[in-house]
Amino acid sequence: MSDETLPAFVSLNVGDQVAAREVEFTRGKLVRYAGASGDFNPIHYNDAFAQSVGLDGVIAHGMLTMGVGASVVEEWAGAGNVVDFQARFTRPIAVDALEGVMVRVTAVVGALDHDVKQARIDVTVTVDGAKVLGKAQALVDCA
Amino acid sequence: MPVNPEVVGRTYGPFEAYEVTRIKIREFADAVDARSGAHFYPDIARAEGYPDVVAPTTFAVLIAQRAEFHVVTDPEVGVDFSKVVHADERFTHHRPLVAGDVVQAAVAIESITQRAGISMVTTRTEITDADGAPVSIIRSTLAVRDDS
Repeated sequence: MSDETLPAFVSLNVGDQVAAREVEFTRGKLVRYAGASGDFNPIHYNDAFAQSVGLDGVIAHGMLTMGVGASVVEEWAGAGNVVDFQARFTRPIAVDALEGVMVRVTAVVGALDHDVKQARIDVTVTVDGAKVLGKAQALVDCA
Repeated sequence: MPVNPEVVGRTYGPFEAYEVTRIKIREFADAVDARSGAHFYPDIARAEGYPDVVAPTTFAVLIAQRAEFHVVTDPEVGVDFSKVVHADERFTHHRPLVAGDVVQAAVAIESITQRAGISMVTTRTEITDADGAPVSIIRSTLAVRDDS
């Protein structure tokens, strides 16, 4: 946690949108995340393999989606100031080999704990308007 | 073969120490579109009060998944990895990981719930630093189909 960059608690209201971003997921992005994370499950780069286990084709790593969601919050909160982050993986993101797919992230103040000056930030990640994460919530310490 | 529910409470590790490096933080930050300068530039990180560049929120998954590997490959647990879907994940940070940290991970099988042909296996990985102080707790749940 960095005292230099903590968001100001008094400036926050429940319902405020604090950050939003659109990110394109491409096959190249999945390969990059596989390399960075060490998660080389072939469902994230091999269509034939993905289909052999019952998927329509290659899907994004849930942890890539969660990581990008975290980045949107962390850019606003200040590096190292997200003290807790959870998410459920409710809908896989199919990533077309040529087109890629646009992923939209919004971060809204969901609750404020005045006793400890902590904000709960509710993160919504959608593809074509459909949510792909459930109960994606970050806790951010504030000043 | 369904997952064996009797392995709840089993612990693994701590394993070989993991050294957090600037280049891995940069690589991971690029992969998840983390933009804060403190992930990339030591002088910015120091200006924000950190000893070195700061790992993004979910970076600890790298370390946790190395530990979780020992659970999902334990034949007595009985996870068939071809039938696994990642169900949820949670990071609780005592402090952020920074470059130069040398950390260890130990993992426990926290719970296994079985219904409707699905086993939900929750692991809890604790990351501690070189002084043994807690850094992060990562809870991960895998949904494993019981069908053969």
